[in-house]
Amino acid sequence: MPPFGRKTSLPSYLRAEQEKIEGIARSLGLDFFPTVFEILSYDRLNEVAAYGGFPTRYPHWRFGMEYERLSKSYEYGLSKIYEMVINNNPSIAYLLEGNSLTDQKLVMCHVYGHVDFFKNNFAFRSTDLDAGALVTDIARRGEDYNPERKWIDKMANHGSAIRRLMSRHGVEPVEELIDVCLSLENLIDPYSPFIVRHAEEPVEEEEPSDVEVPRLRAKDYMESFINPAEYLEEQRNKLRAEREKKKGKFPASPRQDVLQFLLEHAPLERWERTILSIIREEAYYFLPQMQTKIMNEGWASYMHSRMMTQHVCDWSDIIDYADNNAGVMATSGKRLNPYKLGVELYRNIEERWNKGRFGRDWDECRDLEAKRNWDLRLGLGQEKIFEVRALYTDVTFIDEFLTPEFAMEHGLFTFEWSDRNDRFEIQTREFKKVKEKLLQQLTNSGNPFIFVEDGNYKNRGELLLRHDHRGIDLRIDYAQRCLESLTRLWKRPVTLATKVEDKPMLMSYDGEKHQRENAEP
Amino acid sequence: MSLKIDRDHSRFRAIVRGRIRKNLRQYISHGEMIGRKGKDLVSIPIPHIEVPRFTFGSKQQGGVGQGDGQAGDPIGGQEGDEPGTGEAGQGEGQHILEVDVTLDELADILGEELELPDIEDKGKSKIISAKDRYTGIRRVGPESLRHFKRTYKEALRRSIAAGVYNPRAPVIVPQSEDKRFRAWKEDQQPIANAVIIYMMDVSGSMGDEQKEIVRIESFWIDTWLRRQYDGIESRYIIHDAVAREVDRDTFFRTRESGGTMISSAYRACADLIQREYPAEEWNIYPFHFSDGDNWSMDDTLTCVEILKNEILPVSNMFAYGQVESPYGSGQFLKDLTEHFGGDERVVTSEIADRDAIMGSIKDFLGKGR
Repeated sequence: MPPFGRKTSLPSYLRAEQEKIEGIARSLGLDFFPTVFEILSYDRLNEVAAYGGFPTRYPHWRFGMEYERLSKSYEYGLSKIYEMVINNNPSIAYLLEGNSLTDQKLVMCHVYGHVDFFKNNFAFRSTDLDAGALVTDIARRGEDYNPERKWIDKMANHGSAIRRLMSRHGVEPVEELIDVCLSLENLIDPYSPFIVRHAEEPVEEEEPSDVEVPRLRAKDYMESFINPAEYLEEQRNKLRAEREKKKGKFPASPRQDVLQFLLEHAPLERWERTILSIIREEAYYFLPQMQTKIMNEGWASYMHSRMMTQHVCDWSDIIDYADNNAGVMATSGKRLNPYKLGVELYRNIEERWNKGRFGRDWDECRDLEAKRNWDLRLGLGQEKIFEVRALYTDVTFIDEFLTPEFAMEHGLFTFEWSDRNDRFEIQTREFKKVKEKLLQQLTNSGNPFIFVEDGNYKNRGELLLRHDHRGIDLRIDYAQRCLESLTRLWKRPVTLATKVEDKPMLMSYDGEKHQRENAEP
Repeated sequence: MSLKIDRDHSRFRAIVRGRIRKNLRQYISHGEMIGRKGKDLVSIPIPHIEVPRFTFGSKQQGGVGQGDGQAGDPIGGQEGDEPGTGEAGQGEGQHILEVDVTLDELADILGEELELPDIEDKGKSKIISAKDRYTGIRRVGPESLRHFKRTYKEALRRSIAAGVYNPRAPVIVPQSEDKRFRAWKEDQQPIANAVIIYMMDVSGSMGDEQKEIVRIESFWIDTWLRRQYDGIESRYIIHDAVAREVDRDTFFRTRESGGTMISSAYRACADLIQREYPAEEWNIYPFHFSDGDNWSMDDTLTCVEILKNEILPVSNMFAYGQVESPYGSGQFLKDLTEHFGGDERVVTSEIADRDAIMGSIKDFLGKGR
């Protein structure tokens, strides 16, 4: 082990704090994986952070770029990373050497919130390696839930696999292919882990002799009236035509996991396949964190604030803690801060369930005075928020718990680009619009919906993708670069059907030039 | 201690510098280079390469915010501002960092970023300025410099010694030999004086974008040179077919039209130097920005004459920045290169667009002259 490696273990005064905080966390009902804290100097921390928390990732320039950004921010005094925790069993968390003791305590509290979330939120189930990236049973697990999440090892294996490919095929081609795959990284299906897929096309299935038209039940003498022969014939032809149409279909239904489709059907060489599947696996690993940004940060912040203010802080800590906490919760430039939004929503839910402000009676109550004083003293708040942190993702969290009262109290608004004034401007505070916009941004983690529509487009083995246009156009120049990436993997022309300014548009790339026309496929 | 990331980092630097993976260079964004000078708020450029993905056009998108304000109010902050603390997420965001830094710090960062050498000023040892400093006490001097405390002490000492001091009625009357005066010494200090003479072509072909580029570039040049010299002056000359000296504000805002006679500006510059900035005492930096369209070859020859005989002999260097414009022919740069190709006092740079500003600053200041 290199000499600095040994220094990462926690000094004893921090170990004592850790034990204390772990006890407090447990007493508040948190249920977490074993958590290992390591203490790193700022450049090591920046390094690890640049690698997304995994010190052993595959080599790639973008990690270097991230490192430069982080170290410059630190050196110019703009910002520093206080903490980082990775979803792994046992969980690994990093502390920054030289932070004040108050900060270290705060970070530890925050970390236990995250680790509890990693263990309990259902979305993270898809990172259980022993479940084969499938979550078919989302029931809550008990305390003894101990999945295999050795992502540290997994990432290290990816690293050495790619290093091996680099020494065999050269750095440039491998790195170039990684770039190609990265540009398609977001073409995955967030629901994929929850769907048990049957083999796509059943092999050698006997073709049923002919289509069968369902008949209505009728007595013999009524038969010709209830199921007239011409009608049956008409239906039969329709079904035949449909089947005929489906016959050539490949894939049978649109597939959102474009990467998986490419892995299965693109003519890839073995090394190319290895790289693509690594990129895909890692994309799925990071997916739950994207899906629960607000919830996860909110939960950790809610917990650190309870732990710090009620149990951990002594009088010498409290000002530093408050100062620091205020920095984390600040909404700068009126942008939404996920930490702040999350923690306030949890507190709101807790209050509502404590006071019984939910359910039909509450919803139907039109008496403002009664609503203001509504308190059934149910005390269900704690139970509710623990349930919420397990069973929701950002989309469902906002959809279910963002109320008009909350939006008003916290001054939420939508903003949009104003061409006239050349700036972003506040658009409206109307609750429906605010919620819609928020949900729209969270849906599919803010990525456009893109499906594989046809793997044998024009019957020439070309690839047709469809962008499910939901009100916002794609960024065209980037879409063209992505088509180039797709063509590189598919090795045949690729077409994307989308809409631009409300007109259908076909964009295609054949390996040499781009084409665009206003047409449907 | 070497880090594993160093390899990735140097690879990234190599991409940014254009040594490898040239196809990625098109995605590099440097962020905005300039901040608001008044509030000392400056954006620091950190090169960022974005891997293109299927994503939404950003302006159509908008978002949700939090805070006060009415419909129609602008919202502050950069897109993708991150709060100060946090997990290292997978967040994208625009990696433009806004910071409070003083202009001096900024100049240092610029220098570090572009690896600019410190400027060797040409005549430091020769340039002397005398400065008076009060360092001692004398027995004679003008009343206005009388040192009251010292004078009083002397008078007190004398009266006690003479036995005329009466503690009950402590009246001290100073006599002329009691008086003490502040004394000064003349300090001789070498100082560095520098003047930047900005010249800009404001003929019809220089559009707003071209002027903005000149503005940004001269801001950075100003910042850097100010860091290097204590006393620095800036003078501004604009020209179309005739040249005139203007103040800073006019310099950046004027839009004239008409033809271009560059020699008029060089003439004005040479006269200005002769009149106010004796070459023995001043480090002189003429900068000229144009789109490279001159009226005639004859005029260009006149320019070359003035440069050769009047401006270059007295200047530290002469910088010519050619901003690309849809109308300019860019001929002037070629002419300059032809006449001064080997002369390292003449630095020329072509500025294609905003992104080229960094490179151009390096061209200008990278020699440390």
